[in-house]
Amino acid sequence: MINYWPLIGILLVVVGFALKLNPMLVVTASALVTGLIAGLGPVEVVSTFGKAFNDNRIIAIVWIVLPVIGSLERFGLQQRAAHLIRSMKGATVGRLLILYLGYRQIISAIGLQSTAGHPQTVRPLVAPMALAAAEKSHGALTETETDRVKAMAAATDNVGLFFGEDIFIAIGSIVLIQQTLATYGYNLEPLQLALWAIPSAIGAFVIHGFRLWLFERGLRRAAK
Amino acid sequence: MITLHWLYILAGLLFAAFAILSAADRFNPKRFGNAAFWGLMALSLLAGDVIGDFGNGLLVLGLAGLAGFNFLGKSHPTTTSEPAREAFSARYGNRLFLPALIIPVTALVGTLVYNYTPIGGAGWIEPKRETYVFLALGVLIALAVIYAWLRPPILAPLQEGRRLIDSIGWAAVLPQMLAALGVLFAAAGVGDAIGSLAGMVIPEGNLTVTIIIFTGGMALFTMVMGNAFAAFPVMAAAIGVPLLIVQHHGNPAVIGAVGMLAGFCGTLMTPMAANFNLVPAALLELKDQYGVIRAQVMTALPLLLLNTAIIALAAFR
Repeated sequence: MINYWPLIGILLVVVGFALKLNPMLVVTASALVTGLIAGLGPVEVVSTFGKAFNDNRIIAIVWIVLPVIGSLERFGLQQRAAHLIRSMKGATVGRLLILYLGYRQIISAIGLQSTAGHPQTVRPLVAPMALAAAEKSHGALTETETDRVKAMAAATDNVGLFFGEDIFIAIGSIVLIQQTLATYGYNLEPLQLALWAIPSAIGAFVIHGFRLWLFERGLRRAAK
Repeated sequence: MITLHWLYILAGLLFAAFAILSAADRFNPKRFGNAAFWGLMALSLLAGDVIGDFGNGLLVLGLAGLAGFNFLGKSHPTTTSEPAREAFSARYGNRLFLPALIIPVTALVGTLVYNYTPIGGAGWIEPKRETYVFLALGVLIALAVIYAWLRPPILAPLQEGRRLIDSIGWAAVLPQMLAALGVLFAAAGVGDAIGSLAGMVIPEGNLTVTIIIFTGGMALFTMVMGNAFAAFPVMAAAIGVPLLIVQHHGNPAVIGAVGMLAGFCGTLMTPMAANFNLVPAALLELKDQYGVIRAQVMTALPLLLLNTAIIALAAFR
């Protein structure tokens, strides 16, 4: 008999996010409730949550780039990135982000996905360049348009990462697929799995690239 | 051997500096809240292995309480003005990109050289963590170049780092909280419950509907858990293996690889994947915390359809 009570933890998260309560509290409340439903004692729940948090400290390492990024902003890096784009003939927001999409997919496909990202490349370089390119061809942007350009830069990083990294054979998700299917007696080579990530990667480039082209066209029409 | 622990110490010292500078920030009325929050992060990174599981648990409750009950304030570390930055930009020119590129280039070249030349054979870095180690090395080199060339005040890089971390706020810690929540979900059997629910809605023998429920289920379950890794074993056990592979003789490589990518489409559409969707919204100072998700939905939905079509066309030949 399957126990459906643990789904209450999911319900808490969904309701909490929908009500826009503070996510840190929502997640903590859901974790505590889920642990209690699983039959753990109060101390055990807190310990399990703490251990899992400690086991995932690798997520916090990326913030060591902030002093460098912040210092360069102090000396005008974002202004420089914008200036460079303004000086380039034919640089448009669509072309720039399509180029970054391809770059992000390729470096992720060769296992170098952690060399780019939102703190490392999007905030200091890609976002200010995209804004400058948009302003160059479409004139001054409204606040809403500015936010949409920045959001598109961040989205492009995510799409490039997700639909590039699975082509690399030593990435965690490939290992997980391989191990999961091996428990059912299907022994697959990582390379077979990585090859089947390629059609989706091409599809992601085409679909998101097309959206970037549409996005730029929309900005251009709004400017007229 | 250089292990992740070296990097935890580096990051821990940085958060400790953020905490101390926060406490000294008289312009922030909630300065001790910020100091306590970043101080707890420093404690976690520096001493997480010493304070025990229950100690770590209390630490996490402390972080959640400080963030959830509004003890974090806006800080205003001294930085340069917009006109001053324009002047610096004109003065230093395109050479300003060099320090910014040191980090990705060091990570890139370091990882390649370490893995594809005899240098890596010596095994002086924890396996599979070399990119992180070279990322940290790149940060240190970039800082050295900034100090030597641009000559900022000695504390400026730390204050500028604090400016950025405070603009991100608790969202910087949320991804780690969500990863921990996933562990509790797994312990409680959330996966089995969802898999059993998904299994109930499959009509007998209809292949196309089964594929749609598999890929759609991967995306939906990933949206709930914030992570395709949690969804895959469950959906494979409920639908992928028994129905698609065994009953309909599908190709396991296609179903496994593309099924996972269907989950990634879900990652693009959920606030639960905070590090990809909420953190950049904070980092780029968007007014709408769901702005990045909104920008991604119309890429994710056609891509989900495409992944469903790839399984339907390629797995059952």
